[in-house]
Amino acid sequence: MSSTSHSALPQALASEGLPAHVEVRPLRHPGPTNTEPKAVRIAIITLALAFLALCIALPVVSVFYEAFKRGWLAYVTALAEPDALSAIRLTLLVAAISVIANVTFGLIAAWAIAKFEFPGRSLLITLIDLPFSVSPVVAGLVYVLLFGSQGLFAAYLQAWDIKIIFALPGIVLATLFVTFPFVARELIPLMQEQGTAEEEAAVSLGASGLSTFFRVTLPNVKWALLYGVLLCNARAMGEFGAVSVVSGHVRGLTNTMPLHIEILYNEYQFVASFAVASLLALLALVTLVAKTLLEARLAEDAS
Amino acid sequence: MSIDILNVTKRFKTFTALDAVNLHIPGGQLVALLGPSGSGKTTLLRIIAGLDWPDSGEVRFDGQDALARSVRERNVGFVFQHYALFRHMNVFENVAFGLRVRKGADKLPEAAIREKVNQLLSLVQIDWLADRRPNQLSGGQRQRVALARALAISPRILLLDEPFGALDAKVRKELRRWLRNLHEELPVTSVLVTHDQEEALELADTVVVMGKGRIEQVGSPQEVYDAPATAFVHDFIGESLSLPARVSGGRLHVGAGETALDPQGVEDGPVRILARPHDVDFAEPDAAPVRGRVLAVRTFGPTRRADIVLGDGDIVEAAVPPGIHPAVGAQIGLVPRRYRVFPTA
Repeated sequence: MSSTSHSALPQALASEGLPAHVEVRPLRHPGPTNTEPKAVRIAIITLALAFLALCIALPVVSVFYEAFKRGWLAYVTALAEPDALSAIRLTLLVAAISVIANVTFGLIAAWAIAKFEFPGRSLLITLIDLPFSVSPVVAGLVYVLLFGSQGLFAAYLQAWDIKIIFALPGIVLATLFVTFPFVARELIPLMQEQGTAEEEAAVSLGASGLSTFFRVTLPNVKWALLYGVLLCNARAMGEFGAVSVVSGHVRGLTNTMPLHIEILYNEYQFVASFAVASLLALLALVTLVAKTLLEARLAEDAS
Repeated sequence: MSIDILNVTKRFKTFTALDAVNLHIPGGQLVALLGPSGSGKTTLLRIIAGLDWPDSGEVRFDGQDALARSVRERNVGFVFQHYALFRHMNVFENVAFGLRVRKGADKLPEAAIREKVNQLLSLVQIDWLADRRPNQLSGGQRQRVALARALAISPRILLLDEPFGALDAKVRKELRRWLRNLHEELPVTSVLVTHDQEEALELADTVVVMGKGRIEQVGSPQEVYDAPATAFVHDFIGESLSLPARVSGGRLHVGAGETALDPQGVEDGPVRILARPHDVDFAEPDAAPVRGRVLAVRTFGPTRRADIVLGDGDIVEAAVPPGIHPAVGAQIGLVPRRYRVFPTA
């Protein structure tokens, strides 16, 4: 015993020093194992690629093809048209409000669900998922039934001269409904996995509740939050069904981009219609790239 | 700073984690709360820290009510079981955290914070890791960061929850000695939770043995090992050879026969005779109070152990004294030299 105890100190320090250089990361993608014959593999891959090309790539390409069919000038003219500009502005405004509101509520809901036990917790988890399972048209209809001219609150709204349906508030409400799960759903599993130990450490070191939130909780989920914002934004800008029901389709006033595209298309203004559609397609592509970049970062939150 | 626990009770729904616990911890000591999982030791530690609140009872620091103060006001250093390092901060910022969140008059200038953090990092011997993230550190290094972070707020009380639980045996032994030295250097009262008796006995001034939400014994490592107050402590600390027996008419009976063993004042009823394996001698079957048949003999290093099945089917493990070579299947007698008799609860 005595001979080992002399050497134990430097040895222990050295053995501790060694693994420091090795960054421990879970293997996310174990290499594929090839057990199928080559012909089968090629057939399967071809089939998958053909399906993707036909159903995903072709439509995207055709959107841009149709938009630029008459050249740059027609494209720019279609976008510079006042009704188109108004639709773009409205879409951006609605998306901005939805993102801000969903970040706020999503964070609060996720925080409450992940870090505390309270009665009604599982009900809240179920409710957050509701927009995923309800048709957006139904969601829009609910708001019409509540706030429309024949609706439940019609008398109060008229008395105070508040317009919700066929106006901005209705569009925002409908968009909020369909986009609510995106932020909360991203945060809840991550926050649950991270637990409350770091928050406890923070308060034991003298941090206030707010300080703990901004210095510990929020930075720990920042990539997941950004990911949720990205998905929420994409959905908010692209939402058709729910917004269609509550918007009233007033040109230059309550038409968002998807609604505007439909109207133009129905009026046989294909170039104009596809020009606006190309913007949404572009948004989708940007979202896709950002999503891919973010996914690499998400692993950082979890580690 | 001394800590007093007065009549503290804590329940989680129907489970009683702490049952009217009383404990005095003198200032400057290193105390180990030792017990199996579910014994309430971690709950007690969290109540001292202010991370949990008792249903009833009092906690006093130097005689002053601690329950009136929240965690952040208690200025208690807490080292968490899995370290709970801030994963998005490097080692330096982790240690600096407690200084950075200070407000108003307590707030230190940046230069003072840097100096103090660097001092702490040298104290725990990891100043060369200041820029690393927690996920780039080994378990032992994380442990040191956690300790430095807790010490940054200059606590008078240091609480450690299973501090070496997640480390491999060699690092654990080394860190244990190092923590003991650190405790000597600092003006703190340290309370350590562990389920590892070797850790508690080697490290602590006072060992508090807990079981099922109650304190079974408080004493020096020597006392709890040599003079266990209850059968629970005897079983839990060190190895025990347990013989079911019975006291009737002031005599101790094992199996069918009466023995000459001392019932140690225990009243009539079923009892257990508990002895350390090395305090039990082997003898001729006819001359011994306890008889059995050797089932197996195992050798690890210098010690040999024999599994012996007693007359009523119970199997005990005894240490085989040097020079004796019991044959498997042979009848053998056991003579407890030092033993304790406890009534069976």
